[in-house]
Amino acid sequence: MTAYLLKRLAIAVVTLVLASMVVFAVLEIIPGDPARLMLGLNASADQIELLRNQMGLNAPVVLRYLHWAGGLLSLDFGRSYTYSVPVIDLVRERLVVSLPLALMALALSTIIAIPVGLFSASRHGRAGDTIAMGAAQLGVAVPNFWFALMLIYLFAVWLRLVPGGGFPGWSAGVLPALKSLLLPAVALALPQAAILARVTRSALIEVLNEDYIRTARAKGLPYRLVLWRHALRNAMIPVVTILGLQFAFLLAGTIIIENVFYLPGLGRLVFQAINQRDLIVVESVVMLLVAAVIVVNFIVDLSYAVVDPRLRGR
Amino acid sequence: MKLWKTILAAAALALAAGTSAMAARTDLVIGITLEPPHLDPTAGAAAAIDEVLYANVFEGLTRIGPNGEVLPDLAESWSISDDGKVYIFKLHTGVKFHDGTDFNADDVKFSLDRARAENSVNAQKGLFAAIDKVEVVDPATVKVTLKNPQGSFLYNMGWGDAVIVAPETADTNKEKPVGTGPFKFQNWAKGSSITLVKSDNYWGAPVFLDKAEFRIIPDAAAAVPALLSGDVQAFPFFDPDSVAQVKDDPRFKVVIGSTEGETILSINNKKPPFDKLQVRQAISFALDRKAIIDGASAGLGVPIGSHMSPASKAYVDLTGLYPHNVEKAKELLKEAGLENGFKATLKLPPPSYARLGGEIIASELREIGVDLEIIPVEWAQWLDQVFTKKDYDLTIVSHTEPNDIDIYSRKDYYFNYDNPAFDKIIEELNLTSDEAKRTTLLGEAQKVLADDAVVGFLYELPKVGVWDAKLQGLWENAPIQANDLTKVKWTD
Repeated sequence: MTAYLLKRLAIAVVTLVLASMVVFAVLEIIPGDPARLMLGLNASADQIELLRNQMGLNAPVVLRYLHWAGGLLSLDFGRSYTYSVPVIDLVRERLVVSLPLALMALALSTIIAIPVGLFSASRHGRAGDTIAMGAAQLGVAVPNFWFALMLIYLFAVWLRLVPGGGFPGWSAGVLPALKSLLLPAVALALPQAAILARVTRSALIEVLNEDYIRTARAKGLPYRLVLWRHALRNAMIPVVTILGLQFAFLLAGTIIIENVFYLPGLGRLVFQAINQRDLIVVESVVMLLVAAVIVVNFIVDLSYAVVDPRLRGR
Repeated sequence: MKLWKTILAAAALALAAGTSAMAARTDLVIGITLEPPHLDPTAGAAAAIDEVLYANVFEGLTRIGPNGEVLPDLAESWSISDDGKVYIFKLHTGVKFHDGTDFNADDVKFSLDRARAENSVNAQKGLFAAIDKVEVVDPATVKVTLKNPQGSFLYNMGWGDAVIVAPETADTNKEKPVGTGPFKFQNWAKGSSITLVKSDNYWGAPVFLDKAEFRIIPDAAAAVPALLSGDVQAFPFFDPDSVAQVKDDPRFKVVIGSTEGETILSINNKKPPFDKLQVRQAISFALDRKAIIDGASAGLGVPIGSHMSPASKAYVDLTGLYPHNVEKAKELLKEAGLENGFKATLKLPPPSYARLGGEIIASELREIGVDLEIIPVEWAQWLDQVFTKKDYDLTIVSHTEPNDIDIYSRKDYYFNYDNPAFDKIIEELNLTSDEAKRTTLLGEAQKVLADDAVVGFLYELPKVGVWDAKLQGLWENAPIQANDLTKVKWTD
């Protein structure tokens, strides 16, 4: 187990270093000058040069990389070119929106997907299965921005139960903040739930065909007990893997939903920073996400051991 | 479901009736599409900065009014010497900054000197180029001496980039702006909203609103439900394509006004075959402005024939010079030796006027044998490739700076246009402050540009505002990009 963990850790560190190089190099190559973007069409070449100097953009590339990477090691993410505030502050402001949103969406999608998957698998090939999987197919196919707009028109414009967008901040109270995250969480969760339900179903169907399930049934265990205790647990590995991937996606891959609900989340911060060539923000946030993905994968690896006792011995 | 809706509607109605019985509202939520990168109008070109702060938080010596006129602001009056080089500004007294410090002539000198200093990163440094020196005569009087007379000096001092700031707070205005205006800055929730509240010790006419929140809503599809649900009560700059969804709703007013945005098909004048006058004229003849306006601005733009806003006093209508005429265009191409047409690229920045307009223009130019390859670019790429490196054939962009016909005389500007006769007109214009003479010169300048078919002049970008029908005092036109809230109030 320890050797396994150490190996995973070493891989994680190497991944981080390589990712930092790739991220930095890619953003170095894309055309666009943050100083020119800030000063606009009427600025002279001298002025742009002056601002580039002030921003520290004129230092050699290698030096800037080392400076940035060195800063990351001491958890100093640098200062945003456009906002001229520490990047870490920007990230913190956005994480208080993105993290609860991602967790809510993840919880919702799990709560919907697992029972649907169970239901479908246990009625494999029957009408209930066909209807449930048809609905899941629809859930995957419907574009989430359209679904989000329908939710807004129904619950915000017509029924006026929740705000149609925006985020009042946690300072406005927990309830209003959660309320404003509810529709986006539903919009995010539905397609994810659809995918997860299909994965749960197919994993379960596979497990239900195993010999030990027949044995369990043969020794007289009730079907329900077999399904929950023997089958579901063994089907969890692909489900947990998908969940891990979904979490990473939900953290920053939600630019479209954040735009539709005008939420100040991490995805929009990155999107805006790319447009304004606020490279240091893009670089730092992308590195944070790389780190988050690595940590989540690590947790997923650990959870395999929880789900599957055989892995604990290794 | 129906019953539910009835009950809910009744509850909402009761609530609404309860509030309207009280005094008129004093709060307002305004939707804006772009978030300002920071809140210092003297340190960035982003229009979003002025959209929040101009006239509300910051004030200048002069200011630009709702129809583009120059009005006194912190300077209550001024006198100009006979040679047009010395301006003496008489300042309002009893004016305080939001942090409680006094405003006086020293702040004016500080602000102007800071903006024109060698290490200044003011995005419109050119506005201050004519200033020779700024002197404090007494706390309420400032004397500005120019190197040469400048016709547009008072207008220049009304730009957002020329607002007066205090030395104590100038460096922190990006995060916490401190000005002299009727509203003071309260809070900026990044990515979400910026809130201003009424300033208690304002020197001028008191404002009606107690609180104004600018909410950032980048997506046009999200703007409509935000209005319909009442979350946002005004979108001063609304997406023209979404107007149809709110036009017939009596709760809202749709106000179509003018801007200073000349939307043009820019041409690289040095790049063959565009260096030939006939080729550029052929392009102008091939353009069907009506079709472009219908397709790219929901039919709301006003056609232009040169680089001047139709709302301007100096505007000359030159749209008749190159009417849509495919035959004539083909003839001109033949004269230029290009009867078989040619290939070129059209780089399009992100705004819908460019992306939609580009497709229409590409199909119109195909009719005369010009085969355009459309290349969509982001703003950063556009600035880099097109504007700075001049690596382009054609592009579509709206030049939104007010009174910016002089860009065609700038050396090394991305049009690559060079006409000494035009430069001479602009040079003379810069030295002239007599209104009538300026109008004549501006007219000449417009004619030269149209004759040379420097670019394809398309239309003036419309300003489409949508707001609650009970709201009054928002600007109809956009002579500058600002949301002046000083006269805004709710009526019953």
